[in-house]
Amino acid sequence: MFLRSLSIFVVLVIASGCAAMASPLRICADPDNLPFSNHSAKGLDNRIAVLVAHKLHREPVFVWARNGRGFLREQFNKNACDVLMGVPQKMRGVLTTNPYYRSAYVFATRRQEHLKIASFNDPHLNGRKIGLQALEDNLSPPSLALIRTGHAAQLVGFNSFGVHGADIVRAVADGQIGTAVIWGPLAGYFIARDHLPLKIAPVSPLVDASGVPFAFSISMAVHKNDVGLRDQLNQALTGLKPVIARVLAEYHVPTLAEDER
Amino acid sequence: MASQKMSFRVHDVKVSISKGARILAAFALTLLPLGCHKQLQNVQSPASTGGEIRPYTGAMEEDDGQWVRATKDYANTRYSTLDQINTGNVAGLKLAWTFDTGVPRGQEAAPIVVNNTMYVVAPFPNKLFALDLTKPGAPLKWSYDPNPSRAAKGEACCDWVNRGAVYADGKIIYNTLDGFTIALDANSGKLLWRAHMADITRGETITMAPMVVHDKVFVGNSGGEYGVRGWLAALNTSDGKVAWQAYSTGPDKEVLIGSRFKPYYATDKGTDLGVKTWPPDAWRIGGGTVWGFLSYDPSSNLIYYGTANPGPWNPEVRPGDNKWTSGVFARDADTGEAVWFYQMSPHDLYDWDGVNENILLDLPWQGSTRKVLVRADRNGYMYVIDRTTGQVLSATLYVYSTTTTGVDLQTGALKHDLSKAPRTGQEIRNICPTAPGAKDWQPSSFSPKTGLLYVPHQNLCADEEAEQANYIQGTPYVGVTDRFYAGPGGNEGELMAWDPINGKKVWTVTDKYPLWSGTLATAGDLVFYGTMEGWFRAANALTGQTVWQFKTGSGIIGQPVTYRGPDGKQYVAILSGIGGWPGAVVAGDLDTRDGNAAAGWGNALSDLKNVTTPGGTLYVFALP
Repeated sequence: MFLRSLSIFVVLVIASGCAAMASPLRICADPDNLPFSNHSAKGLDNRIAVLVAHKLHREPVFVWARNGRGFLREQFNKNACDVLMGVPQKMRGVLTTNPYYRSAYVFATRRQEHLKIASFNDPHLNGRKIGLQALEDNLSPPSLALIRTGHAAQLVGFNSFGVHGADIVRAVADGQIGTAVIWGPLAGYFIARDHLPLKIAPVSPLVDASGVPFAFSISMAVHKNDVGLRDQLNQALTGLKPVIARVLAEYHVPTLAEDER
Repeated sequence: MASQKMSFRVHDVKVSISKGARILAAFALTLLPLGCHKQLQNVQSPASTGGEIRPYTGAMEEDDGQWVRATKDYANTRYSTLDQINTGNVAGLKLAWTFDTGVPRGQEAAPIVVNNTMYVVAPFPNKLFALDLTKPGAPLKWSYDPNPSRAAKGEACCDWVNRGAVYADGKIIYNTLDGFTIALDANSGKLLWRAHMADITRGETITMAPMVVHDKVFVGNSGGEYGVRGWLAALNTSDGKVAWQAYSTGPDKEVLIGSRFKPYYATDKGTDLGVKTWPPDAWRIGGGTVWGFLSYDPSSNLIYYGTANPGPWNPEVRPGDNKWTSGVFARDADTGEAVWFYQMSPHDLYDWDGVNENILLDLPWQGSTRKVLVRADRNGYMYVIDRTTGQVLSATLYVYSTTTTGVDLQTGALKHDLSKAPRTGQEIRNICPTAPGAKDWQPSSFSPKTGLLYVPHQNLCADEEAEQANYIQGTPYVGVTDRFYAGPGGNEGELMAWDPINGKKVWTVTDKYPLWSGTLATAGDLVFYGTMEGWFRAANALTGQTVWQFKTGSGIIGQPVTYRGPDGKQYVAILSGIGGWPGAVVAGDLDTRDGNAAAGWGNALSDLKNVTTPGGTLYVFALP
């Protein structure tokens, strides 16, 4: 339960060979959280951050910090970095940019079963073990709907960080569990990377009866008062749209249109 | 342990406090005649509160100078008639000998003393040590290593504690974190039987001290935060076979609810409420574990125990009363049949377990004598309950509370201030009491000489923050962060003497940190307890004044005991070793920069690491 409470501080400078840049752009990033970020800067957010920084003619510097409890309070709010990646749009406490992609929690099922589970009321869910990402003490938002629809006893929590990232999709592929509800980018990436015979479909509806959403637009974020940087980032993101789309496709991120609710 | 969040409405903080207790002008007496450094202590004197000191007239179990179970007697008084050490001479109390458990983790166990042998259970990996009290320095007679599964460490929510063993019929019986109940020959340490009771692969562990009545030993489970269904089981002490098992959720036949079940309040009457008060199937993972102390009344042959909070923590996903969690069961000690149940916190919103101890007393009550149980509940109310029927005679707030406004004695219902009710995606400030409640597992004591209960507890509030505090790059989710902090007064802990008849505090001693150790009351008019900083103290039972203290090597979260040694002298023993849920900040070396470390404690105890270090030592004291 305390897995992610440790903060690691390592600074990695992406050597750009470009001497005449303005001050570095400091980006907080998790050292071990693929497909989003890792300490070799091989995650999709690392790639996008580098693109954005270069667009602003600034040198990207990753400040490695484990996310999780207290991260905002103890790291970001103490000015460890200028920019956050992978932030749900309009998250409180920070100033978010326009989103650079939108995705949803998805059902992952075995291809050979030809199931089309998308609804939490689907009768095919009955009797199956259902995997969910366990985020510290909490299960992911779809747990709300699954418990309400009477599937509480079937839920199995999975750690989905670092070396455990692929555990949940592998468990579906191996038949340990009948299906799983997973955040789209995580499912898309690990299914493709490990060539698993699984298919995914966004949950439906995309909003829980309680108002908690299952689809999220993902933005970058800056400090609350850093309107200037936010505006620059927005401009860069607009200009980079096609390039970012290619990066997302490379990581097999299932995306939704911005207006899809 | 943690729960949810709510709306940000600072203006409507309702202060419903027990009247007398809070009006107190706190006059800080500088205590200690012992010339120690300045204490962060306040003793509030008797006169100002309206409580009374008067001798108790009910019958008590005979005291043989031993300590055969964690609770001392079946009534859970933790009172010893030994008075060799008393207010007149306690200043001369000296360390007699020590013993190291070798495990620098939270030491919550009560040492057990029987037949001139002391039995000590260490935290995981749960070795049991038998010490020979007839020889100088109490050398090791034998030890037992249960070789528990390493996997259990990862499953235990709140450090690796064990609350002690029990002696009965030539056997020492105890539980291991990885889910076994073990019976040893008390003389030789030879294994007699070993029963696999809890399944760590499902998140179940066992931390409680078992209790024996007649030929059965009672054992209950503890659980990880998700997917556990609570139960209490009775095993034959002869062979470890399960005689019956009573679940805390589910159909009546699995809860052992039958024709004898006569709850007092209408909300507890009906068929299969353990199923019907949950969303479909949610009772299967509904919590209600049983990890506190049990009481037993020989005259009615009933056992009493509390059930833990419902799961999962998020109350929104489990609409309903969530029977039979966060309540008290009375059951037949032989058959396990439920006789009554009372739910202190229906549809618990705040992780308020109902596991706190039930102290059985015969109290003068409005002109007659009532057989009652008294419990300082996690929800902040001191309940006096008729133990034959389950009727609540009184429920008096003993801490500062913003979350509830009282207990309706007609319906038994706990009345909530719904502005403090958790709601997904919202944040709520100033939740008092918070997840560990007004008082957690740390057991109280009762002195028949003063007629007072000695209750160690917390004074904590919390802010629950919505999801932005739990930012995880790339993965959106709805979570909460709890940050605990001291309630009004600025002290996180308190020891209070409580008059159960008038429902009032008689005196109170505050402490900077939560008081996570139990208390021991003696006929020498002393109350022993420990602090997280490592002080082991004796308070005058009449006034609360510290009359003796000793600084042990680590924070104290254990259960003090006293006994008569083979040399005829009175001894007092305590295990020192910080840990448990709050102390995990030190024992688990958590990063307190993360305010939510140990599910909220990191904030309240951010400097605990600076004042104590992990330990695991038994200290035994006597007069020279």
